[in-house]
Amino acid sequence: MSTLNTLLLGFISIVLINNLVFTKFLGICPYLGVSGRIDMAFGMGMAVTFVVTLSGTLTWLIDHLILMGTPLEVTRYVCFILVIAGAVQLVEMYVRKFFPSLYDSFGIFLPLITTNCAILGLCLFINLWGIDNLLEAVVLSFGAGIGFTMAICIMAGIRENLKMADVPENLKGAPITLITAGLLTLAFMGFAGMIR
Amino acid sequence: MANNSDTTAGIYKVTLLAGLWRENPVFRLLLGMCPTLAVTAAVKPALTMGLSVIFVLVCSNIVVSLMRNLLKPHLRILMFTLTIATFVTIADLFLRAFQPVMSETLGPYVPLIIVNCIIICRAEACASKNTLVVSIIDAVGMGVGFTLTLCVLASIRELLSTGMIFEAKVMPDWFVPWAAMSMPVGAFITLGLLLGLVNKLTKGKS
Repeated sequence: MSTLNTLLLGFISIVLINNLVFTKFLGICPYLGVSGRIDMAFGMGMAVTFVVTLSGTLTWLIDHLILMGTPLEVTRYVCFILVIAGAVQLVEMYVRKFFPSLYDSFGIFLPLITTNCAILGLCLFINLWGIDNLLEAVVLSFGAGIGFTMAICIMAGIRENLKMADVPENLKGAPITLITAGLLTLAFMGFAGMIR
Repeated sequence: MANNSDTTAGIYKVTLLAGLWRENPVFRLLLGMCPTLAVTAAVKPALTMGLSVIFVLVCSNIVVSLMRNLLKPHLRILMFTLTIATFVTIADLFLRAFQPVMSETLGPYVPLIIVNCIIICRAEACASKNTLVVSIIDAVGMGVGFTLTLCVLASIRELLSTGMIFEAKVMPDWFVPWAAMSMPVGAFITLGLLLGLVNKLTKGKS
């Protein structure tokens, strides 16, 4: 029961309280780049969720079964980035084979998931927080993906409406998106006291 | 001959200056946003971050430029990433050994330099097409431009959130610190307004 409790709390905390986009500034590039339309944002979020779950799990396994406690620990970052690049390649092949239309609409953004800071960031945070339980690592990775999807979809929804708003000429595009994101982080700070 | 060397020097100068303003990675190309937002709560970590990025950028540009003729197109991004990861590991170990406090403050954002878009972008757009010297100059220009941007953003945020710059008090006693500036919201809104300012300045010029 207490394990389940920890997992649930971990999941909620990574989705709402320690949301990677709003509190750790990870994954800002796709967050600004893809959040123009809500369906693309959702597809992107799903792809990221899949890659982050896969690579979070794999990097935890590699870290704990092979690297920890050996001199090989210095190669940690190289190993992590290799795992992520491999996982992205897998997703790319899968999407191209089974969802060709989605593949076309993603364009350059799919391979760019490799350099999405949210994924490497999460793998590093799992390492930093000293998560020593495989199940917890899996749940956290999945939660991080869901949190990213939620953030990017909220942003896409706001930006679709922002098109009709009267924004000052100089603030159009990226500046107003950043300011909107700032206000969103304020809203998400409201969750901060929820756990502990 | 003199004319020729002049144009070469001209190219170098243009490449160097491009990173500072015309193609400033943060303001104009919108690259490398994550560290820009994450480490700019104070000037000191921002400066450390900027210097680490300059180091990694210069080293990876050198290596990529040297191996540009050996690269297979479909493997090049992987090679870039591995090169960058190696140099980031060096930078991280260096910081951990000689600047332990700063390394603690920056936390995972040092290894996150690996996925900093600026470095991959420069490897792809410049170093994989140009000679060694041009690549190095380009890396220095871009790195310095990035560092300056970080420092500007960090000074504004540190000044308003604590009344200090570089941990030295500058604001008068009656100044009430704006706590929000050191939180994520301060980062997003300051950068948003700065980008708006840059848009205004460049529009007036052209």
